[in-house]
Amino acid sequence: MGEARDGVKVKRVVFVTVGTTCFDALVKVADSQEVKDELYRRGYTDLLIQMGRGSYLPIKSTGDDGSLAVDYFTFSSSIADHLRSASLVISHAGSGSIFETLQLGKPLIVVVNEDLMDNHQSELAEELAERKHLYCARPLTLHQTIAGMDLNSLVPYSPGDATPVAKLINRFLGFPEES
Amino acid sequence: MEKNSSCCFSNLSSNLPITCLITFITIFLHRVLNVIYRTGKPLGKRVSPQRPLSTLIVLGSGGHTAEMINLLLVLRKERFTPRFYIAAATDNMSLQKARVLENSLADSSETKGLSAEFMQIYRSREVGQSYVTSVWTTLVAMAHALWLMIKIRPQVVLCNGPGTCIPLCVIAFFIKVIGIRRSSIFYVESIARVKRLSLSGLLLYKLRIADQFFVQWPQLQRKYPRAHYVGCLM
Repeated sequence: MGEARDGVKVKRVVFVTVGTTCFDALVKVADSQEVKDELYRRGYTDLLIQMGRGSYLPIKSTGDDGSLAVDYFTFSSSIADHLRSASLVISHAGSGSIFETLQLGKPLIVVVNEDLMDNHQSELAEELAERKHLYCARPLTLHQTIAGMDLNSLVPYSPGDATPVAKLINRFLGFPEES
Repeated sequence: MEKNSSCCFSNLSSNLPITCLITFITIFLHRVLNVIYRTGKPLGKRVSPQRPLSTLIVLGSGGHTAEMINLLLVLRKERFTPRFYIAAATDNMSLQKARVLENSLADSSETKGLSAEFMQIYRSREVGQSYVTSVWTTLVAMAHALWLMIKIRPQVVLCNGPGTCIPLCVIAFFIKVIGIRRSSIFYVESIARVKRLSLSGLLLYKLRIADQFFVQWPQLQRKYPRAHYVGCLM
């Protein structure tokens, strides 16, 4: 799977991120055999997990035995590089992670943390999923989501624009319209 | 009849403190209603050349600061200067990001001199803190906010959601009531709020403290008609 003609394996990395939160449920399920097998079946070669403040430690693996290579770390000063080199991103529902990923044009599965009180984060994930910019899942449904996803059906996200706000603020304060 | 009115009069004069209190409260209420009435009414056209407005920018963890920076990038910095950035005492990343932004702004212009200051404010309540102790910490935060606001006296306040902005906006409103400085308060609800407002947003909307209230999703504009729908900032 995923081998180029000259025998060198093309790396397809799945990057899992929980941001600055503690989201053991996601780390655990990403490290589960079910999910790893499904990812391998779909042509991914590497699984890199950014586990944040969680306490569950994934099992590292080199993937030499015909399975997913697994690695993990806690934090990084900027996950932008990891996002850029990923073929699929599985992220917690923080707006920062979501938009950073969407703006890089990467396929994204957002997993909502059901242990959070007053889970307003799920609103954003569900809205963007409805607009087909990403897939939305819960830890227990991640496996089915991966199995059933069609990344070509995702709609690219156009970056937002703050100029409408600036216009209204300037108008209110009496500054002339921008040329 | 005479007896009654003289009785009344003597009651008033002997209750001078009460009279003063009632007068004070009446004036205060009148001021509050006056400020609320003027909230949201645009300022007149600025006379050319426009003098810049001192601006307070409230930062919050994670997504909040990223959104705020996106907004600051499209505001002409020569109109909003000097700029004061405030973040919660326990939030280190936000001020750092603001410094990076200010450094990049400084690089691209010739003007030298301090146009930005960075400050921290005590948090009203940490995530998960008990509500009992929160009463005290909120009072401390309010006192700290009062101190900072009197120092800064901004003409413009920009905030987008973190709890840190509540003491600051309430004090800004209070300062308007007293008549020290008339500031324009702009609130942008976070992009993560699609169907429900945050607590900060609800307070600033319902109490009519924000002059202009912006939301990024149409569902919220339908629910809160006085809000302006501006689309996604990110």
